[in-house]
Amino acid sequence: MLNLISIAIGAILIENFVLVKFLGICPFLGVSKQTETSVGMGLAVIFTMTVASAATYAANTFILVPFGLEYLQTIVFILIIAALVQLIEMFLQKKIPSLYSSLGIYLPLITTNCTVLGVALLNVSKSYNFVESVVYGFSAGVGFLIALVLLSLIRERISFADIPKPFTGAPIVLVAAGLLCMAFMGFQGLSLPF
Amino acid sequence: MKKINKQEMKKIFLDGIVYKNPIIVQLLGMCSALAVSTSVINGLGMGASVTAVLVFSNVIISLLRNVIPNQIRIASYIVVIAGLVTVVDMVLKAYIPSLSASLGLFIPLIVVNCIILARAESFASKNPVLASAADGLAMGIGYTAAMVVVSAIREIIGNGTILGFDIFGGNYSPALLIILPPGGFLVLGGVIALFQYVRSKTEKKEGEK
Repeated sequence: MLNLISIAIGAILIENFVLVKFLGICPFLGVSKQTETSVGMGLAVIFTMTVASAATYAANTFILVPFGLEYLQTIVFILIIAALVQLIEMFLQKKIPSLYSSLGIYLPLITTNCTVLGVALLNVSKSYNFVESVVYGFSAGVGFLIALVLLSLIRERISFADIPKPFTGAPIVLVAAGLLCMAFMGFQGLSLPF
Repeated sequence: MKKINKQEMKKIFLDGIVYKNPIIVQLLGMCSALAVSTSVINGLGMGASVTAVLVFSNVIISLLRNVIPNQIRIASYIVVIAGLVTVVDMVLKAYIPSLSASLGLFIPLIVVNCIILARAESFASKNPVLASAADGLAMGIGYTAAMVVVSAIREIIGNGTILGFDIFGGNYSPALLIILPPGGFLVLGGVIALFQYVRSKTEKKEGEK
C-alpha cells in the first residue's frame, strides 16, 4: 500500500509528467486557454490513461512477452490507445452527450497525446505489476490535470496584462510555464520515508 | 504525374525551414524539443531521427494516398509512422547505443510527435512523391535547426561547453537552471520571442519599400 502511495505522489508532484518529464506539452500549451475546457481535457486524459495502462499491461504480459515480440511494443501500444480513444468517444457520444460535445475536438486528439503512450512505455520499463501500472497511469493523469489547470488560470490573468510585443502569443505562455516548472522543482527535495 | 519546378521547390524549403518552422512558428513537437535539448549532441541526434522518419513517412503516405480510404486514414498513417519509428529505434540501439540511452523514451514517442502526423495529413496525402519527400526533408531540417539553436544556448549557458568542449576554461560556474526543466521553457520562449521580433522588423522594412 505504501508503495502505491509513493508511486502516486511521485507521479503527481515529484516527477510531474508535464513539468518535469516534458510529456504532453502540445495539449498543455494548446488547450490551456480556458479553465473550463482544460478541466474537461484533464478528466478525459485521466480516464484514458488509467484504462490504457491496464490494457497495455495486459497486452504486453499476455501477448508480447510470451511470444518474444517486445520489439513491437510501440506499434501495438499506439494501436491499443487509438482503439481505446475511439471506444471512449463512441461511449460518451451515446451515454453522456453533454460531456462529449464540450470536449469536442480534444477527444480524438488524446491519441496523439504523448502522456498516454509515455505512461504505457514507462510502465514496461519500470516493470510495474498490474495494480502499480493502473495507479501510475491514474496519478500521472492527475498530475497532467493539475499542471493544465494551473497554467490555464495563469493564462486567464495574462490575457489582461500588458506584455512586450515580441513576447505576445506563445513566448509568454512558455515563460509562464517555465516559472510554474520552477515552482514544481521545489517538490524534488521531497523524499518519501517509504 | 505533375512535375514540380524550381520555384515550388524553393517555396517548400523556405516554408519548412523559416516561415513555417515546425517548432518556432507552428509549435509542433514541443515535448521532444524541450526535453532533449540539453546538449547539442542530443539535439542533433533527435533532429536526425525525426528527419529520417518524416522523409520516409511522407514518401510512403504519398505513394499510398490514393489507396488509403478516407475514414481510416489517421489510423493508417499512425501505423506507417509507428513502423518507421520502430526501425529508427532499433538502428540507434544497434549502432549508437549511447545516443539511444540519452534520448530514451523520446525515440518511441516520435510516433505521437505532431509534426509527422501534421505533415502526413496536410501535405503528403495531397501531393506527389517528390514534393512530399522535399517537404519532409525541409520540415526535418527546420526542426533540427531549431533544436540545435535551443540546445546550443542551453549547453553553453547551463554547462559551459559546446559539443562537449569546454569553452570558458574552468573559471565559469554554469547556470544549472538552464539545463534543468524550467530552462527549456525559458530558452525556447526567448528564442521564439526573438524570432517574432526579427520578423516584425523585416516585415516593417518590406512594407516601407
